This record gives sequence, C-alpha cells and structure tokens, in this order.
Amino acid sequence: MAYNPQLNANGELQHLLTIEGLPREIIVSILDTAHSFLSVAEREVKKVPLLRGKSVFNLFFESSTRTRTTFEIAAKRLSADVINLNVGTSSQSKGETLLDTVANLSAMHADMFVVRHAQSGAAHLIARHVAPYIHVINAGDGRHAHPTQGLLDMFTIRHYKKEFSNLRVAVVGDVLHSRVARSQIHALTTLGVPEVRVIGPRTLLPTNVSELGVQVYHDMAQGLKDVDVVIMLRLQNERMNGALLPSAQEFFKYYGLTPEKLALAKPGAIVMHPGPMNRGVEIDSSVADGRQSVILPQVTFGIAVRMAVMSILAGNT
Amino acid sequence: MKIQIKGGRVVDPASGTDKVQDVFITAGKVAAVGKAPEGFHANRVIDAAGMVVCPGLVDLSVRLREPGYEYKATLESEMAAAVAGGVTSLVCPPDTDPPLDEPGLVEMLKHRARNLNQAHVYPLGALTQGLKGERLTEMAELFDAGCVAFSQADVPLNDNQVLFRALQYATTFGYPVWLRPRDAGLAGGGVAHDGQVATRLGLPPIPVVAETVALSTILLLARETGARVHLCRLSSAEGVEMVRQAKSFGINVTCDVSANHVHLSETDIGYFDSNCHLVPPLRSQRDRDGLRRGIEDGTIDAICSDHTPVDDDAKQLPFGESEAGATGLELLLALILKWADESRVPLQAALARVTSAPARILGIDTGRMAAGDDADICIFDPGLRWKVEPAKLKSQGRNTPFSGYELKGRVRYTLVGGHVVFEG
Repeated sequence: MAYNPQLNANGELQHLLTIEGLPREIIVSILDTAHSFLSVAEREVKKVPLLRGKSVFNLFFESSTRTRTTFEIAAKRLSADVINLNVGTSSQSKGETLLDTVANLSAMHADMFVVRHAQSGAAHLIARHVAPYIHVINAGDGRHAHPTQGLLDMFTIRHYKKEFSNLRVAVVGDVLHSRVARSQIHALTTLGVPEVRVIGPRTLLPTNVSELGVQVYHDMAQGLKDVDVVIMLRLQNERMNGALLPSAQEFFKYYGLTPEKLALAKPGAIVMHPGPMNRGVEIDSSVADGRQSVILPQVTFGIAVRMAVMSILAGNT
Repeated sequence: MKIQIKGGRVVDPASGTDKVQDVFITAGKVAAVGKAPEGFHANRVIDAAGMVVCPGLVDLSVRLREPGYEYKATLESEMAAAVAGGVTSLVCPPDTDPPLDEPGLVEMLKHRARNLNQAHVYPLGALTQGLKGERLTEMAELFDAGCVAFSQADVPLNDNQVLFRALQYATTFGYPVWLRPRDAGLAGGGVAHDGQVATRLGLPPIPVVAETVALSTILLLARETGARVHLCRLSSAEGVEMVRQAKSFGINVTCDVSANHVHLSETDIGYFDSNCHLVPPLRSQRDRDGLRRGIEDGTIDAICSDHTPVDDDAKQLPFGESEAGATGLELLLALILKWADESRVPLQAALARVTSAPARILGIDTGRMAAGDDADICIFDPGLRWKVEPAKLKSQGRNTPFSGYELKGRVRYTLVGGHVVFEG
C-alpha cells in the first residue's frame, strides 16, 4: 500500500475513489472550490465553461436516481456532454464484463467516468485499467466508499458549524453496510473532528469499527448526548426483518431519531441524512422536516461539491 | 538409465540425512547414497555442486482443473508446472466438473496423468455424490480406482448427520477423510477475513468462528468415529490451538496449511488486489504468526501450495466477484525456503513439511530418498534469486499474490522414477 491510486505523480487528485488516505489539503480545496460554485445555481444562466467539450459518462451498474441526477446536473453546469448509462439493464445482463464495458466506452473518447457498482472496489478496478487521461469518480461501490457524499456532508457541516476542530458528530444506524458512513468517518477524522461516534446495535456495526477512529455506542441516549451533528443512515428494506434486526418497529423504537432523542444533543445540533429517507424507520417525520434538519440543503450542496470534484479532476491532467 | 548426482548437499528429512555426498540411481530407484554401488557406471552425471538434493516435493493440494475447467488449466500445463516446481507427487481435490465421484473419472484422470510421465497424481474422491452433501459415494470402488482419501474440497457439507455417517463409512474401510473446516452459514457471502481490512474496504466478512465452529464439529465427530481425518488449509491461530489440544487428547487428526497463508495476511489485499482473494481468506498477522508457530511445533504437519489456476477473466473483476485462488506449484519450494529463512528453521526441518510429512499423511512410500526408494528427486540451487514473473510460469494459472516478489531458491532438475523430467 505504498502508493495512493487516486493521486498522480505530482500528488494531485487523478481519480476520486475514496476519502481514506486523501490529504486534508485536497479535501479542503474541494470544499473551497464547491463554495465558489454555489452562486452558479443562482445565476440566470446556470453554466460555467470549465468542462466544455468533455464527455462525462455516468456509469451506473446499480440503480440510483438522486446521485446520478446530481452528477448529471453538476456536469451540465460545467458545460460537459453527459451520457447516462444504466449498465445494470444493458451490457452486463448480456454477459459483458465490467472492464469490457469500460474499454468500449473509453473507445468512444470518454474523459470522465462516474461509476456506481454493487461491489466494493469496482471503481478502483476501473481506475487501474483506464487510459491515463481518463478520470474516475466513485459514486458508490458496495459497502466501501461514497466519497462525494462524504464531501458534501463535510461541506454541509462546515456551512453550519464553521469549524471541525470542536465538534462531536454521531453517525447512527446501519454502519456495517454503509459506504456513506465509511466515507464520512474518514472525512471527519481527516478534518480533525475530535470525537466521532457510531451508534447502532451490534449486528449493524462492523468488527473493529473503533479502529477507524470512532467511539462505539449501542445506546442512543448516551451516544447522542451533547453532539453537534447527528447523521442518520438509511436502513435498507431487506435488512429490516431477519437475522440482523427483528423488525423496523423495534429499530425505530431504539435507534430512530425522534424529537425526544434529538433533545439530548446540543441545542443547535443539525440533523443530516444521505437519503432516501425511511420516515418512521430511522427518522421521525417531525425531525426530518424540523427546524434542525439540513437534509435538503445537503442535496443542494451536493451539486456544488460534485462540480468542484469534476472541475478539479479535469484540471489535473 | 543410470544417473549419478554428484557433489550435492543431500537433505533427506525421512532419514535425517544432511551431508554433501553423491546419489546413485539405477532402474528408477535410488541404488545408493554416498558410496557408489559395485560396478556402477553412470550413463549420466549431474553436477550438483552447490545445490541441494532432496526428495521430490509432495504437494497436498493441486487443482489440475481437469475434467471440466480446461480453459483454466490442463493436465499438460499443470504437470509441467509441478515438475518445474520440484513437485513429484501431488494430490488433487475432487472439485472438478463433473466432480470425482465415479471410478471411471478417476481412472481416466490417473491414466491421462500416467501417460504424461511426470509427477504422480493422487486423486481425492468425492465424499458425497456430486459433492452435494447428501448421499455417500461408492468409496470402496473409488479407492480401487486410485483415490487415496475422500473429501468435499471447498464445498460445504451442511448436514452433520451426513458428515457423521460419511466418517463412519470411510472408517469401516480405513479410508482417511480430508475436510476443510468451514461453517457455510457463518462464512455467509463473505470474501475476506472479518478484520480491519474488510471493515475499511467494506468487503463482506468471514469471521474466524466460521473455521472454529466447523473445526469443533469435525474434531468431535472424529473422536466419536475414530476416523482418520486430515484437516485442510487452516487459517486462524485459534484453529491451530484447537488442533493442538485435539492432538494432545489423542484425536487422530493431521493438518496442513497453504504456503500463501504462511506468508501473507489481510493487509496484502491492499487496494482490492484480487490476487489475494483466497479460500480460506488471508487473516490477521496474529493468525499468520499462529500458523507459523503451529508449523514449528508440529501441530500443522504439512505445507501445500493450494495451487488453483484461475483464468485472467475470472480475476479481473471487483474483489468480491473475482474467483478465489492462486497459482502455486512453481512457488512452493521458494516460499518454504523463505519461511525457513525468516523463522530460522533448519533446512531439513523445513523440507520435511513438503516431503516426508505429507507422504506420511498420504500413507504412501514417497517423500524420501534412501537406498531402495523410488528415485523421485528435486535438485535445487538454494541461493539463486529470481523474480516472480507470472508470464514466465508454466502453469496456465498466472495469478499470484507474489507477483513481482524476489524469491530465493530455484529448481534445477526434477527426477521422477529415475528419469530427468525437468531441467531448468
């Protein structure tokens, strides 16, 4: 592990595959760049020409509406040509391998791939095999990473809390299966958040999760006490009834975010969720729509952050 | 053909020999070690000065991929790889397609292997029909066809009653049963050790209890039935400790480990290197150290290559979708020497783990080279450094976690039945 596959020889970002191992300066520069893009959305002509003439391929091997759409909007605001491929429903079902699909699209002169795949490590695999001028952005691989989500969450936290160095942040729910949680944890620890907590039943926390630099709680009342930021994770439907959890109802009772539980956090605490939400499973509607929720601003910031990542990558050739 | 191997360091763990001397071969057998037999005139003299002369290696797990997976490897390619690695006897597991559950398949395999005139092939018969874990195979028929023991390979046998009956039945005839301890439920859809690397990379985990729970079942059933059980590919320190205790209680088990697991751990996965996708998974450094201690104190009897040729297409996939396994025949010797170097194990004790010890597990007269033994011999240059370049391997399987490693020790000659079958 001597090299970092997402940096080029000059230490600049070549691909965005994971937040783990990214230098703090790069993360901050992405957040700063994103800040400068916020105003683009408020203009009458919502476009800047930074990616004019470039082709961005949205390569989604796993279905997604929100993430794919925000990447598409981000690329279009940068004036790129965007091609959306739902590969899950085309070549893969005809037996084409992942790398063959990528090779074929590369032959169509792609400049950037935005990749989502159900397997951890898929984006790394693609990045290892593309031509050196092509950039790869991981838009979620298995349980591993979802770096742009992690970055937009950091952008949101910085927007509302200004500083990272004095925060307590709790990540609540299904950490085991969550690429979002892993990216958030790496981003928070890299940016110097002194206390990152994970809260959940033992069945939904990975082994040795504390080695990621977090404190482990199984009780919401203890875990939420005095935190500045509460990040709720999505609980997938297929995990609600089975060997991991007995029922969505019991999960909501013990780990769902209700106004009563939120009251244990600091008074000005913000509530985040990567979406899509399960109201009444991990979060109560009155919290999701409440005064402390910043869930919709997260989506807005997501576009600016994805613009920032794309423009920085395109500039590092 | 009379051959004189001249001036080599003869290391024969079975007889406790470690001395520079000559070896004389006549009619496929070792005629003498040390002094030439009366009237011996060599047709060929092999100058082994500076080299080690030892019994040919006995490898307890080599997938030849025939029948059924010829696109991954063929008997021709893998037998060439075997002798290039100094391996003169090898055991192949029954997980071919179809599985080795009928005498005809075993006879065909033995026949094809014999015609190639290279390493000796000892097939494991399937323990259950189609490896499905439901009905027993015709073990006695399979044994007569040439199977040396019975196994499920890596296919789970979920019904403990079937396992119990299989052990009882095999024991009726005195056949050994080879089992890899793995609880299919606990292993779930896992692809990597349940530890810090799987947690970081988000790879579905395989906990150590997947091995130890199955191990406790096997050990208890072995004690109950008195079956001769060989445990394949231990991966955890805790598993080794359980076997250590079982042996001290007098339970009739032997066990092996793959050379990959002697050297590597979960951290070698790095950024999703599918070459490190192995079965069982590479575990923690602590586990690796536990395996090494187990080899040194004799709890683990033998080391095998666990040679598993995989085609490139099956490896060039995201880690979890890639096929598990690595090529190993041509690396086994050098990996044993590397371990011996690192753990300061004397050469003779190290070579015992790939010669006399596996031969004893098989119950076959091989893995030794005293006068009268078959002349299955490996001659290697212990100091020769070489770089592992997958494209240069004879095996059709080109995937190895050791790609690019510089290793020490290279086979120069391999003899089977007194014939030179490899010269490098």
